[in-house]
Amino acid sequence: MDELLSVADLETRFRTPEGEVAAVAGVSFAIDPGESLGVVGESGSGKSQVFLSIMGLLAKNGRCSGQVRFRGEDILGLPAARLNALRGSRMSMIFQDPMTSLNPYLTVSRQLTEVVVEHLGLSRDQARARALEALERVGLPDPAARIDLYPHAFSGGMRQRVMIAMAILCQPELLIADEPTTALDVTIQAQILDLMRVLKRESNTATVIITHDLGVVAGLCDQVMVMYAGRLVETGSVREIFYQPRHPYTRGLLRAMPRLDDIQDGLLDTIPGQPPNLQALPPGCAYQERCPQVYPRCRSERPELRILGPRRGVACHLELGP
Amino acid sequence: MSDILLAVRDLKVHFPVRSAGWRGAHCHLKALDGVSFDVRAGESLGVVGESGCGKSTLARALLQLIPPTAGQVLWLGEDIAGLGDRAMRPRRRGLQIVFQDPLASLDPRMTVGDIIGEPLRVFQPELKPDQIRHRVETLMGTVGLLPHMINRYPHEFSGGQCQRIGIARAIVLQPKLVVCDEPVSALDVSIQAQIINLLMALQRQMGLALIFISHDLSIVRHLSHRVMVLYLGRVMELGHRDGLYRNPLHPYTRALLSAVPIPDPDLERARQRVTLTGDLPSPLAPPTGCVFRTRCPMADRRCEEHTPLLEPAGPGRQVACHHWRRNADT
Amino acid sequence: MIRSSPPAVELQHDIKGRSLWQDAVRRLARNRAAVASMIVLAVIALLAVFAPMLSPHPYDEIYWDRIQMPPDFANGHWFGTDSNGRDLFVRTLYGARVSLMVGVLATAVSLVIGVIYGAVAGFVGGRVDDIMMRLVDILYALPFMFFVILLMVMFGRNIFLIFVALGAVEWLTMARIVRGQTLSIKHRPFIEAAHACGVTRTGIIFRHIIPNVLGPVIVYVTLTVPQVIMTESFISFLGLGVQEPLTSWGVLIAEGARLMEAAPWLLVFPATLLALTLFAFNFIGDGLRDALDPKDR
Ligand SMILES: Nc1ncnc2c1ncn2[C@@H]1O[C@H](COP(=O)(O)OP(=O)(O)OP(=O)(O)O)[C@@H](O)[C@H]1O
Ligand code: SF4
Ligand code: SF4
Ligand SMILES: [Mg+2]
Repeated sequence: MDELLSVADLETRFRTPEGEVAAVAGVSFAIDPGESLGVVGESGSGKSQVFLSIMGLLAKNGRCSGQVRFRGEDILGLPAARLNALRGSRMSMIFQDPMTSLNPYLTVSRQLTEVVVEHLGLSRDQARARALEALERVGLPDPAARIDLYPHAFSGGMRQRVMIAMAILCQPELLIADEPTTALDVTIQAQILDLMRVLKRESNTATVIITHDLGVVAGLCDQVMVMYAGRLVETGSVREIFYQPRHPYTRGLLRAMPRLDDIQDGLLDTIPGQPPNLQALPPGCAYQERCPQVYPRCRSERPELRILGPRRGVACHLELGP
Repeated sequence: MSDILLAVRDLKVHFPVRSAGWRGAHCHLKALDGVSFDVRAGESLGVVGESGCGKSTLARALLQLIPPTAGQVLWLGEDIAGLGDRAMRPRRRGLQIVFQDPLASLDPRMTVGDIIGEPLRVFQPELKPDQIRHRVETLMGTVGLLPHMINRYPHEFSGGQCQRIGIARAIVLQPKLVVCDEPVSALDVSIQAQIINLLMALQRQMGLALIFISHDLSIVRHLSHRVMVLYLGRVMELGHRDGLYRNPLHPYTRALLSAVPIPDPDLERARQRVTLTGDLPSPLAPPTGCVFRTRCPMADRRCEEHTPLLEPAGPGRQVACHHWRRNADT
Repeated sequence: MIRSSPPAVELQHDIKGRSLWQDAVRRLARNRAAVASMIVLAVIALLAVFAPMLSPHPYDEIYWDRIQMPPDFANGHWFGTDSNGRDLFVRTLYGARVSLMVGVLATAVSLVIGVIYGAVAGFVGGRVDDIMMRLVDILYALPFMFFVILLMVMFGRNIFLIFVALGAVEWLTMARIVRGQTLSIKHRPFIEAAHACGVTRTGIIFRHIIPNVLGPVIVYVTLTVPQVIMTESFISFLGLGVQEPLTSWGVLIAEGARLMEAAPWLLVFPATLLALTLFAFNFIGDGLRDALDPKDR
């Protein structure tokens, strides 16, 4: 097996004052080395929690179960020390708001070298050289002058570059980016996306891009997973998802986005209603209240993800008949 | 022309700021620096630009929620720039606003009915409570809320529903112009489309004029008749939607348009891009000459020394660039 | 810019529960400690009100033959008698009247003044705020006892002066709290939205600001009441408080403390009631804070 990461039946639950919620349920997928996977879905669909669970970064009230294999080794529920060795060196994660993940009281050089010293056992000088090199690679202007500054002296785009530099320092095999450009302006977003494209070309790092922007996925990813209410509803290659979407939700999402190359006027196609409350999911398909094609079977039986090909799956009754 | 609702002339908003350090020198942050445009009855003007370019300041200055430093805001032919609270109040009937953060713009201690009815109580104190209630319930239906939710509190609604409440409050007095300050950027894709459709439908039904502020060029394209591009508090380009999107004249507009990802893998991967280098300059120390020159691929000596003025570039089109002709019809 | 100070009724109207407050009440009702505390307080208040009917002894009658007697159920002196031969049970309940009334009234005075003052200062801001808060600072700096003694000297010993003096001091903290809260919400978008809808500044203060700062204020109120009772005890302890034969918990405790060794019941009964009341208010405060916490909604 040459899969880098394989996830089977991942379930993540949170204890809340109103009872337990399953933020993620029955999620299975795999990532090959060097592959780029896009994860899309609405806010609260569980995109982030899937990968936080994998990284062992869940909030205190969260528990997860299932199987997560990284290079064949089951890493779910590993002791913190083992996970720490893995995180940052072989897999790393970038977040939407770089300021929350950079320590405002430490210089950037300190934060970058610490990672290398810790994981690769390099000396301070070597680590610093390595950090400079990484900052150069992510296109931070004038890195030698900036490396000893504190994070607040950087703009949002520069901070995100620093975060990416930190994430690629140890040349991880898996890089998870949770909405890496959502907080940035379009022109800065374009710079960061360019950077990620270049990094992908130059290294064999597998990337996961979590986003709600289908445009980002279209330009950057090989594989796409669509999530709804904590479950996978469709997976496939990027062309399959964009040109032959088979799940009504995927189709709805694609149509609801106004497009820059759009020539039609008038009203947009919409998905009616709003995402369901995870605590009061109806029996059957979670999308039934909003689905234009709903039929009786959808209300009683939950559609499982049907495997249609090596990398293709859809969770909908539609093509099966009553 | 008589159908011009709002004419803005050379509007400036400067904020005094003190630079870092003890007793730092006073300087001015020029959030808006000489913005001029018109809005006609029933039309929608899209305003695009990156963060910090003065979009929200523009919205607030138009409504006199912050006093403009200089310039005119002609509302129905009468200058309202700098009017006091009391003098401004009657004019607020026709000029309303929808805010970016749907939940935060609703008073958490008021019911939906009270929130939507508040402008009515201010401007039509003669209305009886059940008349107000009736108007509010009708309006809730119009914006797609269930009228029986009238006694609920904002925190019981989703983001999209809160924005519907905000829109209902803005249109309850049947204004002529509604300024929408990033009304959908806090919302999910599927909900965005619903709110855009609602705004477009309302515009058609009520003959509303809209100023639609957004950083999302796809959305602005979808619902604007004309589009204005701002950068560091200045207008870069202004024109009819189709012309501007098909043939952007200003280098910044071109860069913006090419930076927007298109949800279509083949198209998106085949596109030619103009990628800008660098970050937005600090608005505290904008570049001399053309404010865009630090990132502009076409900048030269002239751009450094002379500030380009907004000049006509075809019917209904204005551009602030020395070299826009090089971009024309390419 | 504030035109008229609207009557306190309007304030009442905004506080009065709609379902958000009903919600809070429901949550409060689920908090056992708070509910028990409210029952305790209610019982004490009822006892205080109906005190004369509960005991055959008037509060000021001196029984020369029963000076400093320990509690005795046979003759109806359930708490014993004091060093003047008066029935302690009735006197403790009369003391409750004074103490609770002082607590509640002085707090109410400080509430009305402090909330309006703080909200206006915070909302109007700028120079007005500077001047208003500087005044608060100055009043803070005045020694409290000096202020009380000054009032006593000028107007003589009068129970209403105690309300005035306590209220006049407590509102300072209230004003600071409310001003801080107001500053933190006055730039929230919903205030701007109200402004854009044409609501007047007075309207914004009374319809939007005050209802939104009431959460922390109510909690603070429940802490002020016991504080005021304590301060009154302190004033009485110094002999500046209520006048004989009328009494308050403070006076009773002062005397009890003096005779603690000879007649411990003189201290134990009033002190227990005072402690119960203080605990009750504190629990209710805690309960209210939780019940009004938006994250709990
Ligand atoms: N600590 C927690 N306690 C309880 N529920 C939680 C917690 N963290 C997340 N959740 C819930 O888990 C669900 C999935 O959250 P997740 O963050 O994965 O969504 P997402 O798809 O990443 O959304 P977004 O686009 O907003 O980032 C949500 O309903 C969220 O409310
Ligand atoms: S299972 Fe039914 S309701 Fe769900 S997406 Fe398919 S057709 Fe729609
Ligand atoms: S004036 Fe010069 S710098 Fe400015 S946009 Fe035009 S070409 Fe670029
Ligand atoms: Mg997320």
